[in-house]
Amino acid sequence: MKVTVTVNGQERSAEVEPRLLLVHLLREKLRLTGTHVGCDTTSCGACTVLLDGTPVKSCTMFAVQAEGREVTTVEGLAAAGTLHPIQEGFKEEHGLQCGFCTPGMLLASKALLEENPDPTEEEIRWALSGNLCRCTGYQNIVNAVQWTARKLQSDSAATGAS
Amino acid sequence: MTTRTMGEPIPRREDPRLVAGDGRYLDDLGRGALAAAFVRSPHAAARVVDVDVSRALEVDGLVAIYTYEDLEGPMAEPLPLLIPHPRLHAGRTAYPLANGVVRHVGEPVAMVVARDRYLAEDACERIAVAYEPLAPVVGLDAAVAAERAVHDDVPDNVAAHMVQEHGDARAAVAAAPHRLELDLSIERSASMPLEGRGVYARWDAADRSLRVYSSTQTSTSVRFALAVKLGVPVDRVEVVAPDVGGGFGVKIVHPWPEEVLVPWAAIRLGREVKWAEDRREHFVASAHERGQRHHVSVGFDDDGRLLGLDVEFLHDNGAYTPYGIIVPIITATQLLGPYKPGAYRAEFRSLYTNTVIVTPYRGAGRPQAAFAMERTMDAIAAYLHRDRAEVRSANFIQPSEMPYDHHLTFQDGRPLVYDSGDYPATLDKIKKLVGWDEFEAFREEARAAGRRVGIGLACYVEGTGVGPYEGAHVRVETNGTVVVATGLTTQGQGHETAFAQVAAEALGVPVERVTVVTGDTRRFKYAVGTFASRAAVMSGNAVALAAGKVRAKALRIAAEALETDPDDLEVADGMVRVKGAPEREIALETVAVLANPLRYAFDEQTKLATQFVVGRGAEDPPVAEDDEPGLEATDWYSPVRSTFANGMHAVVVETDPETAEVRILRYCVVHDCGRLINPRIVEGQIHGGVAQGVGGALYERMVYDENGQLLNASFMDFLMPYASEVPKVETDHLETPSPLNPLGIKGAGEAGTIPGAAVLAAAISDAEGFFIDTMPISPSELWALREKEDG
Ligand code: FES
Ligand code: FES
Repeated sequence: MKVTVTVNGQERSAEVEPRLLLVHLLREKLRLTGTHVGCDTTSCGACTVLLDGTPVKSCTMFAVQAEGREVTTVEGLAAAGTLHPIQEGFKEEHGLQCGFCTPGMLLASKALLEENPDPTEEEIRWALSGNLCRCTGYQNIVNAVQWTARKLQSDSAATGAS
Repeated sequence: MTTRTMGEPIPRREDPRLVAGDGRYLDDLGRGALAAAFVRSPHAAARVVDVDVSRALEVDGLVAIYTYEDLEGPMAEPLPLLIPHPRLHAGRTAYPLANGVVRHVGEPVAMVVARDRYLAEDACERIAVAYEPLAPVVGLDAAVAAERAVHDDVPDNVAAHMVQEHGDARAAVAAAPHRLELDLSIERSASMPLEGRGVYARWDAADRSLRVYSSTQTSTSVRFALAVKLGVPVDRVEVVAPDVGGGFGVKIVHPWPEEVLVPWAAIRLGREVKWAEDRREHFVASAHERGQRHHVSVGFDDDGRLLGLDVEFLHDNGAYTPYGIIVPIITATQLLGPYKPGAYRAEFRSLYTNTVIVTPYRGAGRPQAAFAMERTMDAIAAYLHRDRAEVRSANFIQPSEMPYDHHLTFQDGRPLVYDSGDYPATLDKIKKLVGWDEFEAFREEARAAGRRVGIGLACYVEGTGVGPYEGAHVRVETNGTVVVATGLTTQGQGHETAFAQVAAEALGVPVERVTVVTGDTRRFKYAVGTFASRAAVMSGNAVALAAGKVRAKALRIAAEALETDPDDLEVADGMVRVKGAPEREIALETVAVLANPLRYAFDEQTKLATQFVVGRGAEDPPVAEDDEPGLEATDWYSPVRSTFANGMHAVVVETDPETAEVRILRYCVVHDCGRLINPRIVEGQIHGGVAQGVGGALYERMVYDENGQLLNASFMDFLMPYASEVPKVETDHLETPSPLNPLGIKGAGEAGTIPGAAVLAAAISDAEGFFIDTMPISPSELWALREKEDG
């Protein structure tokens, strides 16, 4: 059957089997391989994308369930070649090692900061507790989110002042 | 002078790509390739009576089904035993597909190739395998009892038996004024990289060449293994490790059954074939580690000084031994940590069980070793009513005693000799960092508030940078770019950045100009691999040496051009200059042009090197007899033996008096890995290591039932810590350079993991007032221990 989804601002359609998972639609049909698969039990969050702005695990949804909705993947974070501040933050604070968990972490973090622009360490750890990272020990991921929060605040202060 | 790059915490150059989602991990490659899936044994021990594929043949999109009967020649033989050892008297390895018998749940029985993975799994489901189940051997007790054997021709289940001894440890223990006996166990865990294994193969029939991508820690060795197994000449095989989503040891094993079967099928079918492991497969068909049981007899004097140490342990190696007995050898030798043991004896038996194979996982036998040794230290301190730090201190090897020879043989077959380290200084630092001497006041305060807290300390020494060698190739291109290639692989350690720093400093160029390639046999063919905290030591030094050769050549050529002596020149910021007369200079890219006398010109730069522009004497060949064209060099680093890093962890915990939940209040690390290439990368390694140490101490374990079923083969049931569980790590470090290598580096990759179980057991014991001898420990287990203590 046919499914139409707006992915990173662009409407995309594909012919799919009803059982196809959203993550496989993204990875295999739409060639957006930035979204990863790390488990088969909805535990790791490597597949996290934003569905209408809310983080979801794309391994736990059928592609057809996304019909008519908006999906943001890691590929959609940077605008016109400029990294999104959350990507900047992970880079600045060494928030990744192998990078396999990173796309999911970035999207979960972005969603957190939209809801809570100034989260405490506790809140960050809690918000990311659906995402596994086997490399970093999370400390620099927490730092990266804090870095981004500061950056976004100073950016908006700057635009507010101008 | 040169811009300093070594030792600088520069940001990683791999990150822009990875944060943009542009990583190229195994499963991101090979779009349109056929997909492989495997039928795996649901039994821990069984005879395979029949494989009926008839129903699978109906699956639309099915391409092929293979069983053992289809394998021929070397493919029909067992997989290689990678590290043979004289003490491994009964080493056994698996066949790529089960040959009549399966010995653990998850062992591959049939391979299906289909248009996509969904269809391949549909077909797998329709394959009916008839098994005759056998009673399995599960756990060390069953292995020792040997009522049943995992391998018919190994009736006692003993794969290896080894004794190492220096002095007469048993006599020393017997004669000591004080003696203790301890039983100490650690359960199974696993590396669990977030990306599983994976293989993608392309066969070019016209060219008769094979390209294989594998999520491996050793592409060069996979290449040689594939050539042997597949009967393809080695120069027709290329293996590339793309971006790899973590390894932590498990991906050093090779060739996996899937790793030979996928290329084999690609050749047979003349089509691209790919297999990406799913998580359940990773649990039941890759490798585990850690499961060991130790019995310690120790004799000591009134100060707690060791007089004799006698350790016997049992190692559960699972169903096969492809990686030899590296893990128990490491335990036997690294158990000594920073201490002088008096007389020492270590004896182990490595036993078969019907479970997943056991191969190194970050720390590789050392977490068990540190647990055995450090718990022993704590027990001695408790027995003598002395401070735990003081007892350790009494046993330290002193800096003045370096190099220190333990008179044992290490995992690389070389003498166990520590090269350098300052253990008393490390102890001072960790005590200060955690506030060791002030802790009793804190305990009292907490107690008054109805809280239970405890502190633990654990030390380790880690042999890093094992040989035999690594190499590197460094080339200066005519546009000034420096291209570095080394054969060992990368799984997130930031090698592209760290090796660029080494090359930039050795060569005198800005680090931005250097690009680094790792793990691609098209670019560098000879290497060993990434494991044993060896990458920075081995390839780091190889890169420095190769870059040094390039620099020397650049100086020679520049000296000719500038009509001066090479000794009067220096290289900085990519320019070769006359010292003291910086206006006389020549760019490195121009030197690269001059290094390659040309007949043809392609651009303005290369015009400078054509035959009517430059030329040596009329009677000299354009390239001198002992010279080579190009500004490039290859060099190798091969150490006489490992270099020994060390460190100490201290942790403060609080245990809930009601629920027995353990909360980590402080986690402090002091480490010494010699000279640092990039401190932020090293720090990141420590953080990640600690997370795995904490996971192994409090959450992670493989739970097998008596039938050999792994009951928790998913991330839902195998509890890997999230951000909500891993504590913040406080670090401090020392830099005692290694005298063994030119850069003075020691490895750092595994350090953070090693003392995890030991230090947490110590802290929990301290909070609770009773001795913990088995790790990991869950709240319910701690609660049960309390009940037992209370009678
Ligand atoms: S792959 Fe979706 S949660 Fe793990
Ligand atoms: S960076 Fe490797 S899993 Fe997070």
